[in-house]
Amino acid sequence: MAVSGKEYERMMQASSPPTWLLRNLLCAFVSGGAVCALGEGLGMLYAALGAAQETRRLLVPCSLILLSALLTALGVYDKLAAVAGAGLLVPITGFANAVVSPAMEFSSEGRILGTGAQMFRIAGPVLAYGTAAAALYGVLYELIVR
Amino acid sequence: MPERIGARTLRLDAVVTGGAAVGGKTEAEGPLGRQLDAVYPEADAGEKSWEKAESTLHADALTRAIAKAGLTPQQIDLHFGGDLLDQCIGTSFAARPLGMPLVGLYGACSTMALALAMAALAVDCGAAQAAAASTSSHFCAAEKQFRMPLEYGGQRTPTAQWTATAAGAAVLRKQGRGPHVRAISIGRICDYGVKDANNMGAAMAPAACDTIAAFLHDTGTQPADYDCILTGDLGAVGSTLLLQLAQKEAGLALASVHRDCGLLLYDLKTQTKVGAGGSGC
Repeated sequence: MAVSGKEYERMMQASSPPTWLLRNLLCAFVSGGAVCALGEGLGMLYAALGAAQETRRLLVPCSLILLSALLTALGVYDKLAAVAGAGLLVPITGFANAVVSPAMEFSSEGRILGTGAQMFRIAGPVLAYGTAAAALYGVLYELIVR
Repeated sequence: MPERIGARTLRLDAVVTGGAAVGGKTEAEGPLGRQLDAVYPEADAGEKSWEKAESTLHADALTRAIAKAGLTPQQIDLHFGGDLLDQCIGTSFAARPLGMPLVGLYGACSTMALALAMAALAVDCGAAQAAAASTSSHFCAAEKQFRMPLEYGGQRTPTAQWTATAAGAAVLRKQGRGPHVRAISIGRICDYGVKDANNMGAAMAPAACDTIAAFLHDTGTQPADYDCILTGDLGAVGSTLLLQLAQKEAGLALASVHRDCGLLLYDLKTQTKVGAGGSGC
């Protein structure tokens, strides 16, 4: 007798090992917090070096992006992220990794059609919808608020 | 000549007179590592791209299989081969220097079984004196084409499987020494609505069950008649589901004879990175 789709869904869930929810949440909480603490630390360092607040707001994200790009290039980032999960994915570090990793992967297909064309294959949707949303909110802000 | 028996099965006779398998580092460290004819410790196999590396493994397995069958590429009348890369480039670049008439196959995880079936058919009906069957897959090339870049910081789900960096080839003839292909059943698409791309075993188990049940029915045999009923790469999740489905849908008890190549290739306890088992073409 054929097994129905719903029954198979139940069988599948019963035989598929679940993700380690609690462990993943804890790792994401700790590592995400660590990234933020690092950002704060860098901010304080730049302040001590005499950077103005406006400059620090530029320098801190740039430093984190540079660090993630460097760790990605060195092949360390993916090993950290395999444990850290969303803690490294959600902050700006995840975005840097999402651009650098395909850029590296597709370098074997050339500078233009490889690295150039493929580097936004993961980050592309964020850029497209992020820009569109920003434009939309800009128009709404202009019409309603001002 | 092939003879159709039942609705799904062809009875025929062909002999695998030579075969070879090569693999990468993770495969060599697995339980079957010592059976490999050659091991490639470096993922790039000395090439500039993962695709070229896969092609290198494919060509190596193919030439070794032909040599072990005591033949030259010129004596192979038909070559059935495939892989999962775009336009089967793993296969076509491997076949380029050998000059054998090539039939490209794109059967995903069933490619090797499909190639063996086609080669057996060709040999049995006299379309070829000798036919080659080959396939390959490469972890890095598969991740690049179907999933995420290697350096991308994502997490693998527990049901995800590990694409084998390996290639296999066989040469089939009408007569000779070696294991025989006695009957073949070609599988159907069985879609039970699995949408999780990281649970391929669950997606494939219904088709495996359907094919095994059809084969046993058409040949009038029982699971106990076989030393082993092998599936390709259902992995841990898919294998569990296959056993349950076979019991529920066809009343077949497969547990004592069923083995899955994806589970044989790696040691899931020590090689934990492979997740729910291996996969490949």
